[in-house]
Amino acid sequence: MNYLLGAFKPACNVSITFSDGKNRKQVPMKKENGQTALVPLFHSQDTISGKVCIDPYQGKKVEHNGVKVELLGQIEMYFDRGNFYDFTSLVRELDVPGEIYERKTYPFEFPTVEMPYETYNGVNVRLRYVLKVTVTRGYSGSILEYQELVVRNYAPLPDINNSIKMEVGIEDCLHIEFEYNKSKYHLKDVILGKIYFLLVRIKMKNMDLEIRRRESTGAGANTHVETETLAKFELMDGTPVRGESIPVRLFLAPYDLTPTHRNINNKYSVKYYLNLVLVDEEDRRYFKQQEITLYRLKEDTSS
Amino acid sequence: MIADDDEKWLAAAMTAVKQNAFYMQRAIDSNNLKDALKFSAQMLSELRTSKLSPHKYYELYMRVFNELGTLEIFFKEETGRGCSIAELYELVQHAGNILPRLYLLCTIGSVYIKSKDVTTTDILKDLVEMCRAVQHPLRGLFLRSYLAQVTRDKLPSIVSELEGDGDAQMNALEFVLQNFTEMNKLWVRMQHQGSSREKEKREKERNELRDLVGKNLHVLSQLEGVDLGIYRDTVLPRILEQVVNCKDELAQCYLMDCIIQVFPDDFHLQTLDVLLGACPQLQPSVDIKTVLSGLMERLSNYAASSVEALPNFLQVEAFSKFNYAIGKVVEAQVDLPAAGSVTLYLFLLKFTLHVYSDRLDYVDQVLGSCVTQLSATGKLCDDKAAKQIVAFLSAPLEKYNNVVTILKLTNFPRVMEYLDHETNKAMAIIIVQSVLKNNTHISTADEVDAFFELAKGLIKDFDGAIDNEIDEEDFQEEQNFVARLVHNLYNDDPEEMSKIIFTVRKHILTGGPKRLPLTIPALVFSALKLIRRLRGGDENPFGDDSSATPKRILQLLSETVEALSDVSAPDLALRLYLQCAQAANDCELETVTYEFFTKAYLLYEEEISDSKAQITALRLIIGTLQRMRVFNVENRDILTHKATGYSARLLRKPDQCRAVYECAHLFWADECENLKDGERVVLCLKRAQRIADAVQKMTNASRGTSSTGSVALYVELLNKYLYFLEKGNTKVTGDTIKSLAELIRSETKKVESGAESFINSTLRYIEFQRQQDGGMSEKYEKIKMEWFE
Repeated sequence: MNYLLGAFKPACNVSITFSDGKNRKQVPMKKENGQTALVPLFHSQDTISGKVCIDPYQGKKVEHNGVKVELLGQIEMYFDRGNFYDFTSLVRELDVPGEIYERKTYPFEFPTVEMPYETYNGVNVRLRYVLKVTVTRGYSGSILEYQELVVRNYAPLPDINNSIKMEVGIEDCLHIEFEYNKSKYHLKDVILGKIYFLLVRIKMKNMDLEIRRRESTGAGANTHVETETLAKFELMDGTPVRGESIPVRLFLAPYDLTPTHRNINNKYSVKYYLNLVLVDEEDRRYFKQQEITLYRLKEDTSS
Repeated sequence: MIADDDEKWLAAAMTAVKQNAFYMQRAIDSNNLKDALKFSAQMLSELRTSKLSPHKYYELYMRVFNELGTLEIFFKEETGRGCSIAELYELVQHAGNILPRLYLLCTIGSVYIKSKDVTTTDILKDLVEMCRAVQHPLRGLFLRSYLAQVTRDKLPSIVSELEGDGDAQMNALEFVLQNFTEMNKLWVRMQHQGSSREKEKREKERNELRDLVGKNLHVLSQLEGVDLGIYRDTVLPRILEQVVNCKDELAQCYLMDCIIQVFPDDFHLQTLDVLLGACPQLQPSVDIKTVLSGLMERLSNYAASSVEALPNFLQVEAFSKFNYAIGKVVEAQVDLPAAGSVTLYLFLLKFTLHVYSDRLDYVDQVLGSCVTQLSATGKLCDDKAAKQIVAFLSAPLEKYNNVVTILKLTNFPRVMEYLDHETNKAMAIIIVQSVLKNNTHISTADEVDAFFELAKGLIKDFDGAIDNEIDEEDFQEEQNFVARLVHNLYNDDPEEMSKIIFTVRKHILTGGPKRLPLTIPALVFSALKLIRRLRGGDENPFGDDSSATPKRILQLLSETVEALSDVSAPDLALRLYLQCAQAANDCELETVTYEFFTKAYLLYEEEISDSKAQITALRLIIGTLQRMRVFNVENRDILTHKATGYSARLLRKPDQCRAVYECAHLFWADECENLKDGERVVLCLKRAQRIADAVQKMTNASRGTSSTGSVALYVELLNKYLYFLEKGNTKVTGDTIKSLAELIRSETKKVESGAESFINSTLRYIEFQRQQDGGMSEKYEKIKMEWFE
């Protein structure tokens, strides 16, 4: 963490520990440099408490204008780099201006913090929660220390969860009816369904089901839309005949999915789609896209 | 070129499989589940190819199949290590490509079933349902084949374990049925892919794959829980539904055969109507006769193998069901060639004969159905159909080995009417041969009449048919059959027998000039046999009205034989007349006998002109006449006189001589005292000697040297003298004999006669008789002579 100090010779070592650090679940998170690190996991309404420890290097003293710890919820748009938008900002003053000569520990606590949004790491946008410790100094720049958190929020089982059922086709060429058992899936869910072939006049090579993520950022003219295909799952091999029905069973667990995010702080949205693709023998593609809602279900209730 | 490519692709795929299998094995060895799954999926991806022909694909599949065995064991071990099998079951489904995913699913599924910690039937249901995803015929077929393969050894145990759990049992059954249905659909679909040019090639390829589909039926038959009820209510209807609905010739043909071969006989018997009901619904091009024949053959064997089964046959009315079904099939398949329908009936007939050998009415019904069918097509002209009909008609013959039984089949002759002349004749031969072979007696006139109706192909020419190419030998052979046949028409009751003879005559006389000489003798002798019997029995027990009097029969024969003289077979006619005369003589019917002789004489005079034939004929006449006892003196005189006259008028002298000395016998009947006219005997012999003298002179004159002929004649005469001497003809004197002997001796001295051995043996005989005791030596005393001095 010391790299943040740049060229300055570090005067002290700042570390942040959580009070329940040993028991708290940690989840892997991809960092900017591509590596994955384990990061503690929090949920909304959790109490975030711990200690900040300032340990001056030997023989050095740290002069400061105050020590504070902040809990920040930030949205970062990549095309607008450096421009963070803090949607949450909580501050605890830990020390009044003074000097630190030896190791000093400050307990802190943010009780039942409202963290409405989940951590998200997208193509164009990032939402993160971070604990930021600032040792304010007048002349040589403040000493900053960050601790990332991951926030995940469980959603309750949806009250209404209709199946998706639709008939599509190209006149006199292909008529199919597909059905997915739900419109809302949790992240470890399995998509079950059936594709009925009502009319088949083309020779098919295969049929795939794709999971696509559509991330839109910004607003108005500045909207950026990024679509990724996260899963490509072959459903069928060869050409069916009329009246055939092909089963669909897609486990979502192996894929790196997030819940659907709608209009997070008016900054971005993340939506998921099921895309049914039929490929004929001339490699023409016929597809139909349906939105599904993904949500996070509390682990122990999700099988 | 294509084959080369095929080979190349296969080689490439094989290499890839080998490589991935190696990595998979390594992952397995190090218990690395993730890698094992990854490499197995990669290996299985090779099966996604569309480039290989079914044959090559099969090779590839087998290779992969072997590797999957290792994987299955690994899965099993993995579950032992605490990885839940349910997790594994889910894990394999993460594979992105459908084909590897489903292969893996089937593999783990089979482990799952064995582990028994889940409702097996749920897994089975799931597997068979998921496999729908592969719609490519070839790949789908192999995938499902794999499914069937890996679950096969587990199914029976499931069924037996679930005993009592009817639902689960049904589910296991359902699994196989569904897999079968889907496989068949895929198989049939292969036919409709690609260009129509390659139709034949595709058919060949499909044929190679058929056992993959058929195996399912085999599995079904192995399931323990499948009893008759389930089979009847579920299995069979489901299979048949699929078979009928697939509307594919190849599949229908193969699967019907499969059904028949795979399931037990008893099941077939109890579900006959269902099975047969499906037949008319099959495609017209399906070779239904093979199918049905297979079934009937099986059931026949079944009936033959167990006696207990027979009541079942009756109970389910197997016959009428078959009969009905075949009728339906013939009706439904308009294009069925005559040969085809006849073949069907042939098999039905065979079946009936096997199973209901005592039910002639059934047999007749089959014949009747066949007639109905044939009446629609008219006479049969094509060879194949004719062959089938012959086989068809021969079947009951072979079965019953008794034509009399056949005669009860009213439809039999009606079928024969549809044959062309050639075939009709062939059939007639078969029938006749059957009679001969089995020595069947046909013993009523009505039967005989019916029989001849059947065999008329042999008996007479057909109207308007001109057969130029008849092989003479064959013809004779055939007619010989007819002749032999006549003797099998026999009844102990003379009345009936005479009726039979009348009937036979009626038919045989229609035979025309070529047949009569060959067939009439048989008839005549058969009739003579009857006459002899009549004579042996009571004197005319039936009164005069009866047809069975010798007189009437003889009269009939006389007319019959007359037919022969019309067809230029006078020799034969003559012989037969003489035979008849003999019979008449035995019956003491003088006028009739005389009549016959008259006829014989007339024939001799008018028809027999060849001198050799004359000699033979004359001998016969003399021989017969000699035996006649019925004549009064006057008649006898006329006849003997005539005969002697004929003898003297033969062309060659030696023949005259011989004939004349034969005539001597006419005056001497050993057992009849009033027929011993020694004087006329000697007269005859003398006359013969004179002719011999003339011969002697003629030969001496013409050649001046030797002639054997006359010496031989003398010796023969000498023998005749000796004969009558022995018989006690007092008119034969020692002098006559001595002088004759003298003559012979002088003649032999003159020339080499060539008759020495004859002379010597005659002399030895004389010597021998002389030394005998009793009257014989006395007689010979008179002719004591010195021969060699």
